Amino acid sequence: MAQGGARVQVVATRLDAVLGWARKYSIFQYPFVTACCGMEYMSTMASHYDLDRFGAGLPRFSPRQADLLMVVGTISHKMAPVLRRIYEQMAAPKWVVAFGACTCTGGFYDNYSTVQGIDTIVPVDLYIPGCPPRPEVVIRGFMKLQAKIQQGTRGPWHMDEEGWGRFFPAAGPGKDEGGAAPK
Amino acid sequence: METKKVQPSSVFETLEGLKEQGYNLLVDLTAVDRSAQGRVPRFEVVYRVAALDLETGLETKPRVEVRCEVGSEPVLRSARPLWPAADWLEREVWDMFGVRFADRPDIKRLLMYEEFVGHPLRKDYPINKRQPLIGPKEEPEGGVNLNRARQKVEYE
Repeated sequence: MAQGGARVQVVATRLDAVLGWARKYSIFQYPFVTACCGMEYMSTMASHYDLDRFGAGLPRFSPRQADLLMVVGTISHKMAPVLRRIYEQMAAPKWVVAFGACTCTGGFYDNYSTVQGIDTIVPVDLYIPGCPPRPEVVIRGFMKLQAKIQQGTRGPWHMDEEGWGRFFPAAGPGKDEGGAAPK
Repeated sequence: METKKVQPSSVFETLEGLKEQGYNLLVDLTAVDRSAQGRVPRFEVVYRVAALDLETGLETKPRVEVRCEVGSEPVLRSARPLWPAADWLEREVWDMFGVRFADRPDIKRLLMYEEFVGHPLRKDYPINKRQPLIGPKEEPEGGVNLNRARQKVEYE
């Protein structure tokens, strides 16, 4: 009986791994671009710093068809209900990227019209600071998001010492994070 | 550039005269709040016009600036019949300063949302006041207010 249970668990974890692999390499992003960070977003999507090689090359301009909400640029208080509505229209599993300093903390706009960080409105999975962040930084953050997506949508998630996300406090970096983490 | 200071009652005639002279571009329409310097009337509305040659794209005459001093009562006529661009510029002036225009009784805000209370660029609008539409409440029961970056936080 215990043998059968262990076999079921192995199958289930393999299934989770396959689902995580499939989800992280087929990201349909919704580029919610409002301001200057859009320039660096466009650079990252273009051929020089290609984001298509990570499987995320197809933006979907409808929230119903997307699973990654990339909030790029300053969000004002007038825009905040729109952002919340777009987030609520997406189907699970969904992740949110706060791209740029304005979405992380409000940037240098500490005034009457700017939301001081979109994590006051929507739950954020990845913060990419920078004003604007360079495409290399965006790609690095994107790879961390892929590691997070690989771990699945259940269970506790934490960050290890080197900044890679994982579930279990494993001894070293995993084999499927693009191979860029140092040994 | 030439600056004309006129009375609010003759601003529209001045602008009409400038339009007939060939000033076909309204560059800017804005206001200045002078209450910090204690000057009355409180606002100075500034119109800046340019004469643009439509074939070459060069300006044929020097720019002209028209300034007039108003309070917050509606005495100025709207410049929309002369330049349609004045529509949004006047909406911005109403939104940020609260200066009304006589023939626009139902003027809408442009930059802030409709439920916003106050006019943010006035000198007596508190610089640290925040009115979030959705999101964390402005007065938290204890701890950090998530609506502004600069604040005094007591650490243990």
